[in-house]
Amino acid sequence: MKTAFRNLSPDGPRVPVRFDGQELLLHDGANLAAALLEAGVTRFRRSPVSAAPRGPFCMMGACFECLVVLDGTTRQACMLEVTAGMEIAPGKRPQHD
Amino acid sequence: MIKADLIILGAGPAGMAAAARAAKLGLSVLLLDEQPRAGGQIYRNIAQSGPERAAILGEDYAQGLPLAKALGQPGITHLAGAVVWQIDASGDVAFSRNGRAEAAQGKRVLIANGALERAMPLPGWTLPGVMTAGAAQILLKSAGVVAERAVLAGSGPLLYLIAAQMLRAGTPPMALIETQTRGDFLRSLRYLPSALIGWRYLWKGAQMLAALRKAGVRRYKDATRLEVLGKDRAQAIRFFQAGQYHRIACDTVLLHHGIVPNTQATRSLRLPHLWDERQRAFRPRIDAWGRTGAPVIFAAGDGAGITGAKAAELAGALAALEIAHDLGHLAAGDRDLAARPLRFRLRLERAVRPFLDTAFPAFRGALAPADSTIICRCEEVTAGAIRHYGGLGCFGPNQAKAFGRAGMGPCQGRYCGLTVTELLAAHHGLPQAQVGAYRIRPPLKPVTLGEIAGLDEEPLINAPH
Repeated sequence: MKTAFRNLSPDGPRVPVRFDGQELLLHDGANLAAALLEAGVTRFRRSPVSAAPRGPFCMMGACFECLVVLDGTTRQACMLEVTAGMEIAPGKRPQHD
Repeated sequence: MIKADLIILGAGPAGMAAAARAAKLGLSVLLLDEQPRAGGQIYRNIAQSGPERAAILGEDYAQGLPLAKALGQPGITHLAGAVVWQIDASGDVAFSRNGRAEAAQGKRVLIANGALERAMPLPGWTLPGVMTAGAAQILLKSAGVVAERAVLAGSGPLLYLIAAQMLRAGTPPMALIETQTRGDFLRSLRYLPSALIGWRYLWKGAQMLAALRKAGVRRYKDATRLEVLGKDRAQAIRFFQAGQYHRIACDTVLLHHGIVPNTQATRSLRLPHLWDERQRAFRPRIDAWGRTGAPVIFAAGDGAGITGAKAAELAGALAALEIAHDLGHLAAGDRDLAARPLRFRLRLERAVRPFLDTAFPAFRGALAPADSTIICRCEEVTAGAIRHYGGLGCFGPNQAKAFGRAGMGPCQGRYCGLTVTELLAAHHGLPQAQVGAYRIRPPLKPVTLGEIAGLDEEPLINAPH
């Protein structure tokens, strides 16, 4: 599939990961946000206020735009590394009280 | 509780250089860094990236390798993946690692947490596919991933560096949309003579521009009214330049108009900060050794004022000398002798900054965005809302937070803080220093209650020594 991002060294071991119900083959040990972008994922979550689509912005753990849910905890995809069998869901929309 | 003579926050050039220098002087060093590997953003992944990627990234990137290697010396405990969420003025630091909270106590703490890219609020900048230019560089450094149909927009030397790296990677940017004006260039000329001391940077810049010209990368200078278009993701960028609107279809828009100190940690300590008018940002007040307003807390590197990686390295080493002196490991005379060559080189490194800061200022259209433009990405607060709060008598960012949630999302104001300060300063005709900045409270990064509750358990790791 043609995506907006290309890996300069596409070879190397890949492992299955599920994101939002879809199975993807990502580079083992790669930065998760980078690997999802390479796989063609553009929308990582929806914003809490207007449900607008959002994706990685800073890639350094500062902006919190790439939030995903891993094992029930909201995490920054750009601060995680790919491991086999990861089950990831888009970041949840927190409810304001 | 882990105890160390010196706790360093951040393993970029300042933190790595400080760790090596302090350890050599006999101090026990605990180096805490969020990333899985040392290097900071500038030297990210330096020890693992390999020759092919290093060739794309260029010789300046390779400068980080000896710094990363020096972390292997005895006396340094480098904890990767350590997210610091609380610091106090006595030297206590709390952090989480692998989902587990730990506490550490340092006789001295050096905050070396670097910079953030200056937020560049434009219509459409929250769409997926819009990233900071630095993010594109991190994709390349950490994963060897490049954006294929990308446009670079904004101003500054980093824009050219990233364009040159994309070119070497075989994916040149579709265009450079540059916001600096001819007037900016003319204003910068008065700083050119002193910038010539840092001629190496100017020469490198000229080489990068020549390479871009040769490759046929189009540069649109003096561009205004930038706008990202798209429905669910970025599909084009529109801007006004040379008397007409242009539209370029693309998949990725990379924004950059300078970097600013990340002051979350120093702010959380309530340290005195000052407004740097030329860099249009706040920075903590420090002395010539990097000591902040709190006697045991030091700051070095871009987090204490933007001067670049080489200057950060020197400032980190200077802070280590003073800390070693504080703790009785180095006599004042030896400290001063060791500092002399570092200060000399620091002056050379800083010489080019006034020229660069003036020639490539922040994009005015992003300092004062249109009313409908979102400035707080987390809570989707617009520039117009902030101006409205100003009209209701809101004089500072903390009040703006209470009025409309700006800065209350997960990024804790990292990306909207300066914009809110600028908007309120412009609205009331007050200096930015008087308007002030968000009050930052711990936790600096999200931490679970379970992690905090587990703090009393025995630490998994032993103290250095």
